Amino acid sequence: MSRSGFLPIAAVVAAMACIPFVTSSNVVLNFLVVALLLTLAGQGWNVLGGYGGQYSFGHAAFFGTGAYATAILQVRYGLNAWPAFALGIATGALVGAVIGTLTFRSGLRGSYFALVTLAFAEVLRIVASVAPITGAGVGTLIKLDVGARALQFQSRAAFYWMILALVAGALVITRLIEQSRFGAWLVAVRENEDAARALGVDATRVKLSAMTISAAMAAAAGCFYAQYFLFIDAGIAYGPWISIEALLAPIIGGVGTVFGPLLGALMVKVLGEAAKHVTGDVPGLDLVVYGVVLILVVAFAPRGVADVVARLRGLLKRPAKKAREAAHG
Amino acid sequence: MDKPILAVEGISKRFGGLLAVREASLTVESGSITAVIGPNGAGKTTLFALITGFLTPTGGRIVYLGADITGMPAHRLARQGIARTFQIVQPFAGLSVLENIAVGAHLHIAGRTSALAAAADVARLVGLDTMLQQPAATLTVAGRKRLELARALATSPKLLLLDEVLAGLNPSEIRDMVPMIRAIRERGVTILMIEHVMQAVMSLAEQIYVLVEGHTISQGPPATVAADPKVIEAYLGAGAAAKLAGGAHGR
Repeated sequence: MSRSGFLPIAAVVAAMACIPFVTSSNVVLNFLVVALLLTLAGQGWNVLGGYGGQYSFGHAAFFGTGAYATAILQVRYGLNAWPAFALGIATGALVGAVIGTLTFRSGLRGSYFALVTLAFAEVLRIVASVAPITGAGVGTLIKLDVGARALQFQSRAAFYWMILALVAGALVITRLIEQSRFGAWLVAVRENEDAARALGVDATRVKLSAMTISAAMAAAAGCFYAQYFLFIDAGIAYGPWISIEALLAPIIGGVGTVFGPLLGALMVKVLGEAAKHVTGDVPGLDLVVYGVVLILVVAFAPRGVADVVARLRGLLKRPAKKAREAAHG
Repeated sequence: MDKPILAVEGISKRFGGLLAVREASLTVESGSITAVIGPNGAGKTTLFALITGFLTPTGGRIVYLGADITGMPAHRLARQGIARTFQIVQPFAGLSVLENIAVGAHLHIAGRTSALAAAADVARLVGLDTMLQQPAATLTVAGRKRLELARALATSPKLLLLDEVLAGLNPSEIRDMVPMIRAIRERGVTILMIEHVMQAVMSLAEQIYVLVEGHTISQGPPATVAADPKVIEAYLGAGAAAKLAGGAHGR
């Protein structure tokens, strides 16, 4: 059982890795890069929110910290892009651990936790928009320096494979969590924290670990964003957009499932693009579409599209197989 | 005699103006079944929450296996071998029966496969082995009570606190459950139970403590406690013991 759990991941990643050989369209590749970026941030949210039941509204705090750390280390301290990227992830994880310690130690749950994470992200956004080190209102621009040494690529395909590799790592980590004792404890905390504590689960520590892993994934997405677009400011890095999209992707795709964020991110991005094409470039219309989709999903498929797909497949196949797919997402 | 596995010494818990537990004391001998009885609102569940680390006492001391454990958090006590069930059952509703029990088994077993295997063994012991894959949310009341018991047992406890595991069960379900509790004790697990089903208490417990208004007013073997005038008055009102005695004489 444990080895076969990684086969679907290998298959999906391998199939997606072939896409640049089929099309060299920059529009398609750019679309996929952005969708995978969102998948990575969404997978981070999913570890804490989907498996741990702690709904954060402030994953921008980790995304932005990763992005800024990567950019600032290169621009102001002349560090090479590779260690800057790694340190960006580590800094984001550290911010996750700090915010997690503050919130979980004070026993914040549910909507209180959500609001406090939102507040942290907003405070960071405001600080970043005035602090000199972040470039304040001007933002931070990473110097164009194409080459693998500087983690900048001429071809979209190279960037695409890079983000795909990061997403593959996140998928594997999520599956490992799912099949481990830590994962069982995390889900137990989500389902009933008191009962979990009675069974010897250190709920605070489990949530804190989940938040650190979660923040690291969101930060990795931020690091990649900085490398890909070479420009960030406070509104991009710490803006509410990424907090919202990072939770939309898993909720629409399927919370607490390995592939939910990937499925959801693709859907969110397809719908967002479609809305733009149909109406011209009305600012904010993609957000309206997200809102409508979210309402539909919550009302008719509260366990996400992955669950609907599994159930539809189950209708065609044997019932026993259906139960297994539902259980393992 | 061995040192007691658990000694509660003059423990108190205050919630604002309410003194829910008032200098309660009890001793649980290793290998015994000890029961705490008392009218509704006597503080029994609060006492359990204090012993299992879900609440911190405002006064007094709890000694477990010779060590002071007062105020230690619940998860650490579980690691030291104190398990509990909840009066209001708390299943992991979204998980299957087997996954529920496995969370308990994971306390001492790191591997997923071995934890699931251990969970299946425990399920057999409490008669849940036919519904391992069923979601916990679909269980009947009796099934949920068994699940509570199974999860707690899966942590391989030394001391098991049962908070009204028989409440809400019909007579035939109670008849199934009583030997199960006895079997758990035979496996070397000491049991401290809160119970309202008197028939079961009388047949199971070797030692009974009576808690009234947060205070232990009586203790002893079942027959002694049942004849104690203080206990009769606590349940039936002031003067009841005398009336009963008088009625018996008058006839």
